[in-house]
Amino acid sequence: MLKKISKLPFTGTPEQEAQLQAIIASVDGDKSLLMHVMQKAQGIYGYLPFEVQAIIAEGMNIPLEHIYGVSTFYAQFALAPKGKYNISVCLGTACYVKGAQDILDKVTEELGIISGECTADGQFSIEACRCIGACGLAPVMMINDDVYGTLTPAQIPAILEKYRNA
Amino acid sequence: METVNIKINNMAASVPAGSTILEAARTIGIEIPTLCYLKEINEIGACRICMVEVKGARSLVTACVFPVTEGMEVFTNTEKVRKSRKLTLELILSTHDRRCLSCVRSGNCELQALCKEFGVDDEAHFAGENPRYDFDDSAAHMVRDNNRCILCRRCVAACQQQDCAVIGANARGFNTHIGSAFEKDLADVSCVSCGQCIVNCPTGALSEKDDTDKVLAAINDPEKYVIVHTAPSIRATLGEAFGLKLGTNVQGKMVAALRRLGFDKVFDTDFAADLTIMEEANELIERVTNGGVLPMITSCSPGWVKYCEHYFPQLIPHLSSCKSPQQMFGAVIKSWYAEKNGIDPAKIVCVGVMPCTAKKFENKRDGQNATGYPDVDIAITTRELARMIDSAGIYFKHLADEEFDNPLGEASGAGVIFGATGGVMEAALRTAVETLTGEELRSLDFTEVRGTKGIKEASYQVGDLTVNVCAASGLQNARKVLEEIAAGTSKYHFIEIMACPGGCVNGGGQPVQHAVVRNFVDLRGARAKALYEADAASAVRKSHENPAIKQLYAEYLGEPGSHKAHELLHTHYTARPKYK
Repeated sequence: MLKKISKLPFTGTPEQEAQLQAIIASVDGDKSLLMHVMQKAQGIYGYLPFEVQAIIAEGMNIPLEHIYGVSTFYAQFALAPKGKYNISVCLGTACYVKGAQDILDKVTEELGIISGECTADGQFSIEACRCIGACGLAPVMMINDDVYGTLTPAQIPAILEKYRNA
Repeated sequence: METVNIKINNMAASVPAGSTILEAARTIGIEIPTLCYLKEINEIGACRICMVEVKGARSLVTACVFPVTEGMEVFTNTEKVRKSRKLTLELILSTHDRRCLSCVRSGNCELQALCKEFGVDDEAHFAGENPRYDFDDSAAHMVRDNNRCILCRRCVAACQQQDCAVIGANARGFNTHIGSAFEKDLADVSCVSCGQCIVNCPTGALSEKDDTDKVLAAINDPEKYVIVHTAPSIRATLGEAFGLKLGTNVQGKMVAALRRLGFDKVFDTDFAADLTIMEEANELIERVTNGGVLPMITSCSPGWVKYCEHYFPQLIPHLSSCKSPQQMFGAVIKSWYAEKNGIDPAKIVCVGVMPCTAKKFENKRDGQNATGYPDVDIAITTRELARMIDSAGIYFKHLADEEFDNPLGEASGAGVIFGATGGVMEAALRTAVETLTGEELRSLDFTEVRGTKGIKEASYQVGDLTVNVCAASGLQNARKVLEEIAAGTSKYHFIEIMACPGGCVNGGGQPVQHAVVRNFVDLRGARAKALYEADAASAVRKSHENPAIKQLYAEYLGEPGSHKAHELLHTHYTARPKYK
């Protein structure tokens, strides 16, 4: 799946950059540790926007395109920030046959963003995930650590409303 | 040399240990098809077209990367192999824009040639839903069309070899595509416009921006006075587009073809190469004697200049302020030549035929319009000229030789070798040494800076001065030389840098040669040889002895480095960011 590149403004702090620079310094020019650095960077910023990848490119002397290529190859890297509430809709086999696509479509429609994106106010992000081990409750979605099972699309607006007002 | 004994198609062969099956097969005259393979640059075994059978092996193996071992038995042309190749082609075609008739590479496409060779009879065998991509025509010099891309990654390897790596494989699986970081347009990244990706592309996914319509429009406009000038290396490569042998000098036929196309005057950029030498040698002498910034680095290769601006902006003061020959030529045409012949420079259209895609970027740079008009209005590549000749119905091979117009068609042998790596250096030395010592050189051949090696260096005794010089081609080689300068450890006084490996003869605007030629024939050497032969056969071999150059200085410019010369022939550079 093609990853969406976030258009939200970058809000990184000098403290975050100092942390990232320390990680880069710790690998001592070993380019084979690129993915390690990218994972740590994502841990610091939550995602890997242009500004963060550019710092890694400069610091590790690796072409930015190469880093971007890695970040779009592996599912674990995000190009958009997670919202305050991250919604994971399970598209694993059991959930899928029980209509998870309709759930995802409804969430998408309600929030006006697609999977991999974050709302402009930073409140919600959506991701389609694989089995979260709750097949008995299919179809399942998680909002941060809260699990919602045996869902129907009609329930979605009310669930989202709870978080909007939280 | 250690060898191993193998059998290919039941023929015994003794080949060097460590050879690949592909290389071994060639030694006994068996050709194995390749697509993604570029020797030493892209050895990734990805496209699977070179599959062969090896006795005892579990499955077919990729000949391009599989090393031979003692006693190996290889079969390159079995039913299984042929089926596999055809299937591979059908799968590649499943995501390929198959509109060959309107493709710039039709007739010269490696994929098309393989489909013919392996009898692909249904190009839509696996047709289905496909990702569609927008063209990227943001850059001044080229167009990228991912719909024609087969993901061989030869362009990616070429870009990496040029130390830019601004394109690569993004995303994965069905969505894999070649692009820049964060899907930026090529104009917004630090692409240096060298065009090496284009000459290494097997299909029509990458091509120069075609400016031939603009040229034809100018020729057809009775108000316009259209002047064409051809870069040194064009005479050594244009013939390839018409089936002539590699390294054939077609200067006479090229001039004849340009006249038939309807240009008002046909001149030689070599004249401006001589002029560049006059100015550059003078600048070097000034810098050496007055404690200027050294080493001085040549500035005729616009791909190299842009590379310096993006990647080593701190070294810009080392660049010679001289414009490139293309731009000097235009500046002289629109000033001296226009005045002398009573032509309104506003009506002159100056067309450069260049081995280079970066020339399309260069002529639009700031500071390249000395007379208030662009020095050069249109820059076209060797390939575009070949297409113009073709579509005008000119039977190139049968043209009788003609001579350039004068006076700007007059050039020295020093000018013609600009097209090969080390050529500018050699030309500059011929003039600088004679100017500094006041004595005539006994030998004009500076052989140490000749040849296709990436970095060549030499020291010459000039009077009581030892001059250390270096010629580097290919931007990875340039980086090595530049890092020494940046670290303060460079021992050179004068450096020639050409963006393309081997110099202009291997430029990004030159006729495309299929990978099978690029891999196994010394393309650069063969093309360069034609230029060195032309130099050796020249009556005048030093820029400062070119009579037209003498006339230009006597009538118009005064001395090299004069105020007038600076106004017309020199320029400035600017640091550029890596990403917009």
